[in-house]
Amino acid sequence: MTPVDKDAVLIDKVKAAFRDKIISTTVYRGEVTHLVCASALRSMCTFLKTDPELRMNFCADVVGVDYMNETPRFEVVYHLYSITRKHRIRLKVRVNEGETIPSVTSIWAGADWAEREVYDMFGIVFEGHPNMKRIYLAEDWEGFPLRKDYPLRGYKDRYNPYGVDREEKD
Amino acid sequence: MAELENIISTREITLHMGPQHPSTHGVLHLLLEMQGEMILKAEPDIGYLHRGTEKIAEGLLYHQFTPYTDRLDYMCAMSNNLAYVMAVEKAIGLEIPERAKYIRVIAAELSRIAGHLLAMGAWALDLGAMSILLYAMREREIVLDIFEQICGARMTLSYLRVGGVRYDFNKEIVESINELLEILPGRLDEYETVLIGNRVWIQRNEGVGVISAEDAINLSLSGPALRASGVKWDIRKDEPYLVYDRFDFDIPTGENGDCLDRFNMRFQEVKQSMRIIKQAVKDLPDGPFNVDIPEIVPPAKPNVYKNMENLIHHFKYVSAGFKVPKGEIYSAIEAPKGELGVYIVSDGTEKPYRLKLRVPTFVNLQTINHMSKGRYLADVIAIVSSLDPVFGECDK
Repeated sequence: MTPVDKDAVLIDKVKAAFRDKIISTTVYRGEVTHLVCASALRSMCTFLKTDPELRMNFCADVVGVDYMNETPRFEVVYHLYSITRKHRIRLKVRVNEGETIPSVTSIWAGADWAEREVYDMFGIVFEGHPNMKRIYLAEDWEGFPLRKDYPLRGYKDRYNPYGVDREEKD
Repeated sequence: MAELENIISTREITLHMGPQHPSTHGVLHLLLEMQGEMILKAEPDIGYLHRGTEKIAEGLLYHQFTPYTDRLDYMCAMSNNLAYVMAVEKAIGLEIPERAKYIRVIAAELSRIAGHLLAMGAWALDLGAMSILLYAMREREIVLDIFEQICGARMTLSYLRVGGVRYDFNKEIVESINELLEILPGRLDEYETVLIGNRVWIQRNEGVGVISAEDAINLSLSGPALRASGVKWDIRKDEPYLVYDRFDFDIPTGENGDCLDRFNMRFQEVKQSMRIIKQAVKDLPDGPFNVDIPEIVPPAKPNVYKNMENLIHHFKYVSAGFKVPKGEIYSAIEAPKGELGVYIVSDGTEKPYRLKLRVPTFVNLQTINHMSKGRYLADVIAIVSSLDPVFGECDK
């Protein structure tokens, strides 16, 4: 597929189908990114997976990013790939602290652990996920380590004498 | 009669396999719900080796993070180096010299051979064929000796760097590689005689842990495990990076998607890697092995002591690093275990704002439940081995 055809499918076709749900579209270093509304995420993912020209059948990864000083604070990034059509696309959804976001596990079962990891590290809850609990850290862990306000060396406790003192809880 | 039924009836139990268990390849903790010997549900519990690599990356300069990638999949460190440096280069928009590309291909394929040899050896050991592990280790040793010749290290290599590689190839290295290419085919035939003609080995793998192509894609399985189910997808062919598009090699695919097929994929891939290395060594061009940009690649060490400008460049590189333009990129390579992707969000400074590693082991482990359901406990060992998990990578 030539780059022009690729753009026609990945940008124009997706934009035509979800005109008012796509907030912005960027192309950087040849990678197409759509920033979409959380409400349209699931219908858009279903469209991307089932449309014969797109066929995004492989969910490579779900990533959380914390933009601490912006609102909405978090961004959840989906990296999708089509094994049949050999193209990649990136979807992004902005979400605020305390808000939930629809899970895509019913569309790609492979998103299961990736979503759990995002929850573990950022505290973003995925609505409709079959097993929403921590994956790497202990179940009684306090805080979400990859948030920008979580100290690099962790909080001080009896196992971690080099950590930062935790502020008093209200 | 009723009494007898009471005696032989079984009840559901939960068995904890690992985290300290010789055939879980590290600290895999499996929660197995079993009815007698039959698996009803296998739930992996991971995170025992979690070191917060992604958080560490946010506090380091771009070039300082390369050694941390060695500690992900320590069985094939070159592939991790490659995935990371390629991602940073993509973010900068840097094109590296031809010679560096060829050297990287050779390094990555050598590391694939080392990784697959260990995977096959450990797998055979888990299923009771100990001699294969010793054979595989013997051959792996030759590869590690080559690594030692290339960069002085055997496991944690940090050989690749943003902008090229750390040291050039010399004649001796090329000779050692050619020697390896001569020795290995005969040794692989030995494995074939010992394993692929072994009835016990075949019975413990054939038809075990079957996963269909559709389920495998849906569960985001990648690498040799996915190809064993008949999906012909290899990033080296489908999204060629470095100079892979110039080489002639095949992508082996399986039919049944069982453990035996997954073993064969690795076995065949070692042979294909040898083909690639042979061509790459033959075509290895002359020229620089690094880009000539002092901010990104520091000067050679001897020059630092003699030349004032070089000393300044060296100091600037070590203390300040280099800036990466604002933006976000995702770059993936075909690592021995599957798609190894690096997602970098740069805010225009010398440190990544967010660095995410899409590690194949972590994603592949999701399929354990699907593969082991309805099978027996002894099959779980074969299934875990067939996914070839490495926990440095899985737990990050």
